Amino acid sequence: MLKRSLLSSLALAVSLSVATLTAQADNEQYFPLQSYRVGPYAAGGTGFFGGFIDYLKYVNANGGVNGVKLTWSECETEYVVEKGVECYERLKKGLNGAPAAATNPLSVGIAYATLERSTADKLPLITINHGRTDSTDGSVFPYVFPLQLNPYSEVSAIINYIGQQAGGLDQLKGKKIVTLYHGSPYGKETNEVLQTLADKYGFKLTLLEVPHPGNEQQSQWLNIRREKPDWVILRGWGVMNPVALKTAQKVGFPADHIIGNIWSNSEDDAAPAGAAAKGFIAITTHPTGTDFPVLQGIQQQVVARGNGDLADPKRFGTVYYNLGVVNGILNVEAVRIAQEKFGKQPLTGEQVRWGFEHLKLDDARLKELGALGLVQPLQLSCSDHEGGGAVRFQQWDGSQWKLISDWVQADRALLRPIIEASSHQYAKEKGITPRDCSQDS
Amino acid sequence: MFYQEAGQFSTRYAQDRRVFRLRQDRYGLVALLLLAFVGVPYLGNDYWFSAILIPFLVLSLAGLGLNLLTGYAGQLSLGSAAFMAVGAFATYNVELRVPGSPLLLSMALGGGVAALVAVLFGLPSLRIKGFYLLVSTLAAQFFVTWALTRLSWFSNNSASGVISAPRLEILGVDLNSPVGRYLLTLGVVVALFWLGKNLVRSELGRNWMAVRDMDTAAAVMGIALLKTKLLAFAISGFFLGVAGALWAFTYLGTVEPHGFDLNRSFQILFIIIIGGLGSILGNFLGAAFIVLFPVLLSNLVALLPAGLIDAGQIENLQKMAFGALIIVFLVKEPEGLARLWQKFRERARLWPLRY
Repeated sequence: MLKRSLLSSLALAVSLSVATLTAQADNEQYFPLQSYRVGPYAAGGTGFFGGFIDYLKYVNANGGVNGVKLTWSECETEYVVEKGVECYERLKKGLNGAPAAATNPLSVGIAYATLERSTADKLPLITINHGRTDSTDGSVFPYVFPLQLNPYSEVSAIINYIGQQAGGLDQLKGKKIVTLYHGSPYGKETNEVLQTLADKYGFKLTLLEVPHPGNEQQSQWLNIRREKPDWVILRGWGVMNPVALKTAQKVGFPADHIIGNIWSNSEDDAAPAGAAAKGFIAITTHPTGTDFPVLQGIQQQVVARGNGDLADPKRFGTVYYNLGVVNGILNVEAVRIAQEKFGKQPLTGEQVRWGFEHLKLDDARLKELGALGLVQPLQLSCSDHEGGGAVRFQQWDGSQWKLISDWVQADRALLRPIIEASSHQYAKEKGITPRDCSQDS
Repeated sequence: MFYQEAGQFSTRYAQDRRVFRLRQDRYGLVALLLLAFVGVPYLGNDYWFSAILIPFLVLSLAGLGLNLLTGYAGQLSLGSAAFMAVGAFATYNVELRVPGSPLLLSMALGGGVAALVAVLFGLPSLRIKGFYLLVSTLAAQFFVTWALTRLSWFSNNSASGVISAPRLEILGVDLNSPVGRYLLTLGVVVALFWLGKNLVRSELGRNWMAVRDMDTAAAVMGIALLKTKLLAFAISGFFLGVAGALWAFTYLGTVEPHGFDLNRSFQILFIIIIGGLGSILGNFLGAAFIVLFPVLLSNLVALLPAGLIDAGQIENLQKMAFGALIIVFLVKEPEGLARLWQKFRERARLWPLRY
């Protein structure tokens, strides 16, 4: 009996899949999604990919990109590197003839593991707000795009903000800044560049490590109390963030002098700390909330019709969801720009890469998209794969984030030589000849 | 009928001691190797090479490494992933710091370093046994990951601590394509399995089994426990180290310490438990089960029309199905998949007769 029902359900599955195969449309652009909806980072994954998918649906509801419909399929990675690689290999060929545009794994580990594969397969790899810093140098990494903000820009913008608060960067001299970082490659990535900034501006930097996962930080915060720093930069991850805020309250360090970085900036980082999080400042590349016309559009045309991707509708407009929407906007705009050059048809990864390199979003365009203030103005080029490098600062009022600053720019001119030194070393190790970006149009 | 040994006589002792005494087994093996080395590279595609076959082979090798220690020598260990990490990082550092060192030599040296570390963490096995030893090998797991993250020398002071693989090249032959990586992995794995199979049939292998079955009795018989146990740790460490280097360089192309966490150790332990403790073939079967089944399930699920089941639910359902399968297999055959194969073979030798 069981066997028969199993067989019949299998037969059903096969016949259904055949049906979907035959129902293919040839005017489609495909987005392979290496999503993660289970496992320890599911909160980030469901929000990000929920926003991304909802935006793609919204674009489709409005006729697609110049008539080209967007399609996608998901493959679960659980944030595990080898699963991400498996998904990459499975999805890179496209779906039912629709060519893949770009991959967006939202995982440092998976991005590192698929970096060389992406270059070999000529498929852009988008690491929005994270990823390998030196891949900003597009002459060495033609297919990798750490859009908006790489880790170095992130700390540079934080230091610039602290300078603003002090009344100018020259006032940083003699200030004390503690960086509390997660004991992982991600956490350590910016230590060197922070030291460079400290030497330049003359502030005293103390680096304190919190071993993974970071659910015990008493000794670090006692150190901080002894140090009496002006600011604490929290470079946390997951459970480390609320614990840091709670422990700070316990030792009497004010939350409004703690600045969370890009992985310490979500509702899930602040809310669990309860009252201790009130006043906590964090950076963000995109505000939360649902006031932007594009989010209103998604609300009306996708979510209200019961097509929203979020299982919990209350998460609409949260940090991760909006990041997904921002990521969707950037991907779709790249496709749109590439279509202007290569024709209004489904494009290959190589063509979409051209679109990313010529991505230009100014205030006028953002206004058309209904995303003014949600996405920062940015312009990419052959040599600059980051484009933006600005963040806004937000403060937790006990229940939600409130913006407290306009865009604060990173000192990208200062960072560029450091990035190039690193990318050129990579090029040497791998025997890559950097592209000549002055020749590239 | 097809699997009969009638008419196959041994005329010399050496013939009787062969690894594969039956002609059918020998032909089967040759056919299998031909298929793996010649057929698959022609038939397979990138997805099969990079996403399925390479991890399957590497985890089989890692399973063999642990099986030598646990299945044959009876020493429980949860440090497998740590030894893999040591192998990967040591290989990387040899490549980096000894210019011109051939890839295979670097891997062998990487395995050697892993062997030394394994011996160090194997020292407690002289005093403690069973689950207590298991817990003490956990120390290796935590210490190695910590040290590799903490001391940036190991990752050549790379800011993120993630290192990327050197170009794969042997005697001027470029092996960076998926097929090249597959062939490199296959070659190393086949060579080490040949070594492993011969090891467990050697005097050392027999000593291991004596120690596993009762170490007091083994000591009374004159087997040096110190040497036997530490050699088990060393050789197991070597196999795991090479597996780690392959994992990092031919499979992922990058390596970070957290890729070798406790979960990986558990995964390898499950491979040998499901495959069969104290069996060489079992490593392949266990790795196939652990690597291929989730991929198969998720590919099957991908065939379902989108939106039928919620994407997050599907993943959890797959996990349940996989867990249920493990339980079914272990209830049906507690000694692992290798034992199922053995039973099948015994039947096949008699078939079509029943007894």
